Amino acid sequence: MLELKLVNKVVRRDSHISNVSLLLERSSLNVLLGPTLSGKTTLMRLMAGLDKPTSGDILINGKSVLDVPVRKRNVAMVYQQFINYPGLTVYENIASPMRLAGNTKSDIDRRVREAASLLRLEPYLDRTPLNLSGGQQQRTAIARALVKDAELVLLDEPLANLDYKLREELRLELPKIFAESGAVFVYATTEPQEALLLGGNTATLSEGRVTQFNSTIEIYNKPADLVTARTFADPPLNTMNVIKRGRELQIKSNGRIKSVSLNDRASELPDDKYILAVRAHHVLLSPDNQSKLSFNAIVSGSEITGSETFIHVQSGEHRWVVLAPGVCRVANGDNIDLFIDPDRLYLFDKQQKLAHEPAKIAAGA
Amino acid sequence: MKGVKLSVVFVYILFLMLPIYWLLNMSFKTTNEILGGFSWYPKNFTLESYITIFTDPTWYNGYINSLTYVVLNTIISVSFALPAAYAFSRYRFMGDKHLFFWLLSNRMAPPAVFVLPFVELYSAMQLFDTPLAVALAHCLFNVPLAVWILEGFMSNVPREIDETAYIDGYSFPHFFVRIFMPLIAAGIGVTAFFCFMFSWVEMLLAKNLTSVSAKPIVAVMTRTASTSGYELGLLAAAGVLTIIPGAIVIWFVRKYIAKGFALGRV
Repeated sequence: MLELKLVNKVVRRDSHISNVSLLLERSSLNVLLGPTLSGKTTLMRLMAGLDKPTSGDILINGKSVLDVPVRKRNVAMVYQQFINYPGLTVYENIASPMRLAGNTKSDIDRRVREAASLLRLEPYLDRTPLNLSGGQQQRTAIARALVKDAELVLLDEPLANLDYKLREELRLELPKIFAESGAVFVYATTEPQEALLLGGNTATLSEGRVTQFNSTIEIYNKPADLVTARTFADPPLNTMNVIKRGRELQIKSNGRIKSVSLNDRASELPDDKYILAVRAHHVLLSPDNQSKLSFNAIVSGSEITGSETFIHVQSGEHRWVVLAPGVCRVANGDNIDLFIDPDRLYLFDKQQKLAHEPAKIAAGA
Repeated sequence: MKGVKLSVVFVYILFLMLPIYWLLNMSFKTTNEILGGFSWYPKNFTLESYITIFTDPTWYNGYINSLTYVVLNTIISVSFALPAAYAFSRYRFMGDKHLFFWLLSNRMAPPAVFVLPFVELYSAMQLFDTPLAVALAHCLFNVPLAVWILEGFMSNVPREIDETAYIDGYSFPHFFVRIFMPLIAAGIGVTAFFCFMFSWVEMLLAKNLTSVSAKPIVAVMTRTASTSGYELGLLAAAGVLTIIPGAIVIWFVRKYIAKGFALGRV
């Protein structure tokens, strides 16, 4: 069990981590999700004991570990860069934490070969890391973290520098590999997709703050505030200023006011200004039979991936991204109509707190 | 075009090698032949000069003394520079950049400035006329140089390797010797080479800090030229022998020497 209590880290009057409190359970998978420079690595370094917090306390199993040096803590860490000891063979690299812990030779040999077979490194045990491919190097680093049997396993964007196929493969394997160890497992990533694929719990980070900590799906469905919602959206979240009047939601499009009627739950919100947010794949290019909020936009660019098309549009001061299924042919400058199902809307109040989540999520769909 | 290029290189190397050849040539001649006239090769080939050097203690002790303080200095410089360079490479502390630059600026003062205080100090400490005195004096410019070169090599090693080692459970000394030093072995080699070279060729401090019992070869050579008339053959042989240790050391670090000149910052 790892507990962070009001942890702050200030470097040269720059606050890198502010007031982070987290409780990470044993045998749990925890994702730190945030853009670059949001403080993921700093937070991990604090958890590992590589840096000391400016204030606050860090406890492992209820005991403060602030004064315990890194090497006495039972921690394993894998970096985004492939970090191994270049002078040692893959075998010695994996064995090194066990050798230092004073395990017997046969014990070390057994565990190293186990880890190597799990990570498919057996043919390379006698090579040195620099003679391996990136994926093999990173697997070596992961194997070293695995044999240690640490209480706390920290993975700092471990797959970011790997090619697509290897990432898919390792992403599936990693949680399984560490699941049995009973360790607190922390995984940092910049990609919302990766967090969703890993599952478990997620802490979203923004500018050194944890904006929300909950089960991953829960955060995705009900982000507590706009910042969290933005962190947990790829492609970026589409937002727009709206006014709620009675049962109606009003937007300004091309100088005209358009409105759509809200469902019962949303109409109970007080009349006020709100920020409407909708995910890219919930913006439609054609209306189906339900009543939709619709407005006009100009295409500013499109990217076709084959199975889907990203369309960048501009409507007034708003820049949106629409994710359309399949190949969708639009030209820059085209005038298109966008439709939004009111049941897919998030509404955030003036303090940017979540005021209303989409009806389909509230209903548990 | 290729022929022109080749001949330029050829002429260049010829000019470079000519003085060395001439030194070698002279070392196999008698002094009379050297003074007698011009010849491209020794007409009366003799090893007499070399035999004198290897049998006369005033000569071979010069080499022993020189090698003693040079090796001593290299060991002292590298072993003190290693932790210092590690600190500069890994930690940020108040005035670190200024201190780092100041270290290098030590090399800008001519050694002559330090002769008088050194002679006084070492005499007071009973160190005068010992190889240790010269070895320590040469640290003045070799330690800063070693710190500079090593810092460059160390900064090329990612800090994460240090951290991984601590996480794995290495203590600092264990990590430093077992993991870190092998990683910068080339840098240590280059540093040792530069310390060796600078200490080997330095004459002013070496000559002034010794009188009889620790006289270095560079000082022995100047003495012979002035007192015993013209013993040019002997001098040439001594010169040839003085080139050899440097050449041997260069052979060992030849692969890394360019990196060393860039202070490891390649």
